[in-house]
Amino acid sequence: MGYYYDLLMKDVRFKEGMNACINCGTCTAICPAASFYNYDPRTIANTVQTRDDEKILELLKSETIWYCGECMSCTTRCPRSNKPGLLIIALRNLSQELGLFVESEKGRQQLAIKRTVGEWALNYGYCVVAEYVDTEMFPEQGPIWDWEKQNLPQIMEKLGANYKKPGPGALRNIPKESLEELKQIFEVTGAITRFEKIEKYSKLKAEEMKLEFGEGFNNEYFQHIYNTNQKNHYK
Amino acid sequence: MKEEGKRKIWREYQKEIADDKYYYARSCIRQTFFPGSEAAFINILKKELNKDIFDSAQHTTCTGIAYHADVVPFETTMTVIARQFALMTEAGYENYVPSCITSFGLYTEVLETWKEFPEVEAKVREHLFKATKREFKKPANLAHASDVIFKHRHEITAKAKYKLINVKTGKPLRGVEHIGCHYAKMFPHKGVGGAEYPYVLAGMIQEWGGEVIDYPERRHCCGFGFRQYLVKANRGYSIACSKKKFEAMEPYKPDFILTNCPGCPMFFDRWQYAISEMEGKTYGENGQGIPVLTYEELAGLVLGYDPWILGLQVHQTPVEPLLDKMGIDYNPNAKFLGPNNEYLNKPIAPNFLKFY
Repeated sequence: MGYYYDLLMKDVRFKEGMNACINCGTCTAICPAASFYNYDPRTIANTVQTRDDEKILELLKSETIWYCGECMSCTTRCPRSNKPGLLIIALRNLSQELGLFVESEKGRQQLAIKRTVGEWALNYGYCVVAEYVDTEMFPEQGPIWDWEKQNLPQIMEKLGANYKKPGPGALRNIPKESLEELKQIFEVTGAITRFEKIEKYSKLKAEEMKLEFGEGFNNEYFQHIYNTNQKNHYK
Repeated sequence: MKEEGKRKIWREYQKEIADDKYYYARSCIRQTFFPGSEAAFINILKKELNKDIFDSAQHTTCTGIAYHADVVPFETTMTVIARQFALMTEAGYENYVPSCITSFGLYTEVLETWKEFPEVEAKVREHLFKATKREFKKPANLAHASDVIFKHRHEITAKAKYKLINVKTGKPLRGVEHIGCHYAKMFPHKGVGGAEYPYVLAGMIQEWGGEVIDYPERRHCCGFGFRQYLVKANRGYSIACSKKKFEAMEPYKPDFILTNCPGCPMFFDRWQYAISEMEGKTYGENGQGIPVLTYEELAGLVLGYDPWILGLQVHQTPVEPLLDKMGIDYNPNAKFLGPNNEYLNKPIAPNFLKFY
């Protein structure tokens, strides 16, 4: 009793987010995820405060903890200053640390996120890299984005960006020294280890699911986790 | 609530916004989808308001999107933010102005965390020094770029060429304001007007002659939800949130949507297109959409900047209905021209959304 709770309590976000939940359900009433998914932040707060190992372990393996959009609307409203959104962040972190994220369809998506925004941030210094955003992966970007992609240098110049050039400005090439510092920070603070864990556990899961696992986007496992929706997540 | 009561509450939520000498940090999403907005912000600050604003080549993403999609640990994000503060300190500035709302929320959260857990700040300083040999001072003032425009809204009015008035009817144009969730939902006192009555965008609309629409889903999230948009399989969440808002605002016939977060305008713009393709539904008059603007774009229009230099041609939901209502003098034939007036071909027209 309390093993996983104690692990969660090592996270400052959990300490900040967990006071006594009175089960009023205000967080659920305001939550965008609760109006879309089978999701109830009240139950999350109530479950973790039981300190019950079995129940928390179940959460760490569940689809449930991946439904939140981290908009933090719950934070404003809770009459007891709980922050269910922060509890979710702490639960997701622990789920990844323990390799339990691969036990759910939504959790397995962490590999896709690591290989997109995670690696873009590390390798380019931006969480979004226009070259990788296309209307196959992001069809809602529409024909205007196709047009932009076809004319990116000219459009960026017209709009005052410093596209792929040195010096300050929008979409500049981040200096090599800055990228090296970013890499060092990722190394020293555990982001590289987190990335390696996501890859390691995902590879094991791919073997179990008998899906081809490779680098980048063009392999069965990546395509599966990026596109698959079993459609049993909704109300 | 009576207008007088609202004003009283807003007065209680006024925040301090530095007047000059800003250190600017760019946004990953705004640079990619609305680069003209960041250029307009710097132009307005430097040329219209005569302010000192520093634009560093060395700063990077704060990792906010990766952090809120849970692939980057808090320790990493805090240390990257500490590096941004170090760059500000080294440049001789102390007023930090991020372009991004996710960043603004995270900077606020990190500073508050350090207040409550000084040992966490000490560890971050250690990590930063180990990784980069840098040290930092915390900002004396942290304000989002929309706060800065809000602060100087009267000076912008003094130089305005256009107002938010329908030139045909003489009536105020009606705007929906959408505040990014991380602006004030986590720390209400850090936002102008707090989380309940955020005034940062409403203040701009009213100041420039428009009218603010109050509607049922005014404070609902745009639907980014980080992992809920980033992964294709989850995107139903994102479009459903935006749709909920469109349906709620439609009866009030808004002339435009104004936003302060970089992601929200992209989602409102693109999801209107996606809904029109999926269901044939459009939310404006006669097959038009509801034009979606960033606050920089709106300030730029009011000041008379060329819509095609502001970047309004890269919106998927056309903005011409608003330009026409404001009586803006623009060249429709220049919309798809490049920097040297070369024709860049025309994007493919959507099936339902009226295309210009």
